[in-house]
Amino acid sequence: MATLTEAPPPLSPTAPGKKPPRKRGRFTPYWLLLPGILWLLVFFALPMIYQASTSVQTGSLETGYKVTWHFATYWDALADYWPQFLRSILYAGAATILCLVLGYPLAYLIAFRAGRWRNLIMVLVIAPFFTSFLIRTLAWKTILADGGPVVGALNSLHVLDVTSWLGWTTGDRVLATPLAVVCGLTYNFLPFMILPLYTSLERIDGRLHEAAGDLYAKPVTTFRKVTFPLSMPGVVSGTLLTFIPAAGDYVNAELLGSTDTRMIGNVIQTQFLRILDYPTAAALSFILMAAILLMVTFYIRKSGTEDLV
Amino acid sequence: MALVNWLKRHFVVIAGLLTLGYLLLPNIVVTVFSFNKPKGRFNYQWQQFSTDAWKDPCGVADMCGSLSISLQIAFWATVGATVLGSMIAFALVRYRFRARGTVNSLIFLPMAMPEVVMAASLLTLFLNLGAQLGFWTILIAHIMFCLSFVVVAVKARVMSMDPRLEEAARDLYASPVQTFLRVTLPIAAPGIAAGALLSFALSFDDFIITNFNAGSTVTFPMFVWGSAQRGTPVQINVIGTTMFLVAVLLVLVSMVIGNRRNRQKA
Repeated sequence: MATLTEAPPPLSPTAPGKKPPRKRGRFTPYWLLLPGILWLLVFFALPMIYQASTSVQTGSLETGYKVTWHFATYWDALADYWPQFLRSILYAGAATILCLVLGYPLAYLIAFRAGRWRNLIMVLVIAPFFTSFLIRTLAWKTILADGGPVVGALNSLHVLDVTSWLGWTTGDRVLATPLAVVCGLTYNFLPFMILPLYTSLERIDGRLHEAAGDLYAKPVTTFRKVTFPLSMPGVVSGTLLTFIPAAGDYVNAELLGSTDTRMIGNVIQTQFLRILDYPTAAALSFILMAAILLMVTFYIRKSGTEDLV
Repeated sequence: MALVNWLKRHFVVIAGLLTLGYLLLPNIVVTVFSFNKPKGRFNYQWQQFSTDAWKDPCGVADMCGSLSISLQIAFWATVGATVLGSMIAFALVRYRFRARGTVNSLIFLPMAMPEVVMAASLLTLFLNLGAQLGFWTILIAHIMFCLSFVVVAVKARVMSMDPRLEEAARDLYASPVQTFLRVTLPIAAPGIAAGALLSFALSFDDFIITNFNAGSTVTFPMFVWGSAQRGTPVQINVIGTTMFLVAVLLVLVSMVIGNRRNRQKA
């Protein structure tokens, strides 16, 4: 994932003046591509078409579904579930910002200040990946338990009074509130922020910092004018890698939240697997996909880094 | 004042270490609670120290069965995704062909798609085709979403490789097969290994796509999900702790080997 940011100038094997690497084998690239691309076409692209078709069908499980171009499903789905859509975007946005704020110092620490501890810290960032994320998310139930040390500390510092007033928590509880869900989302996607940030920070030439210092820049100014702008590719791919999965997630909302914190992923899952209302589920999932693709395209345009792959 | 200055100077280190603590806290809780002896069905509150769960890790019905299914799926998904993904990566870096843009976006899109969207659409396909949901549908889905990550990892490695090495091999009369096996493959190996490792981790830990397409097959993440509703046995903490330790150990061993090799070269 860290490699998402790595985009060295593509080496074109058939640059002008150079011989193509192999004269025979005009079809070799196609043979190499065929199985993998076919797999993606059949099991990634084709399902999207099926889903688009399902979203405009009407019928029932018993009588079967038929394509009737019933676009009203989309309006009904939006009218019924816009709060969940809004909530998904708000929670995912909050988690992304928190990831950036929390992840940046750690990425910076690994890149510039860790010295011989660098590899060890790197291992500690990646290793939790290998413990099932569901088990780790369940651990937050223990950490944020009612009357536990964390909630007790927040209570005595009157933090919970403020968050309750803001509507992030309810009374003396953190579990089953928006705060718990955002905290879980932040925790789960933090490594996806740290790794791209680290990749782009690590490439910054240390002499640039020295130069800024020699020109009487304060550390804060150096960071604002030199380090941060140069780490933008990492910021962009990190925020994307955090926001996209967080917006579609339903695990944190289900395990750490309540019925008041349901996100769009929860709705899609329930519609699809329990209520078995396939057209609505397909429409919702299609809207989510379109919304995210639109936001991502706009964001990439705005931030001016298009070499993400 | 001295304290304020000290805090200012070490701000990044303190903030970074706090974040690291935030990242590791759940793992510590998982480990500590693997020695718990809970009163009810849920293992969320500390009661009493006990090593019962460690002595009998498979003592919970169906848990080790689900673990073995997850390992099998992760293994085959890794094999499938690594082979298919590496082939695509080689084609992308080494050859010129039509529809390169389409191929690139087909590889990028699965990574930029929320899992729940891929999960729901894949289930639509399987339902329409009347496919029997289970081991094979999970495997198909896992190969699909691991593929792109392998392509990215292998592509980065092959791109940074000096094409003159292959030219040299050919100039020395190596056949294309020999060139590939003796020169290209060994250089690309770290990228392929990274892609394979990532695939294994992604597949083993996947819940959302699996949950949609599993039918009645239960993988380990699905077992954990179910137990969050029915009651969490201490044994899942034992498995979680073991996985964490094995991962750290593997990485440390590979780092030691890497260091030794570097020293031999120097």
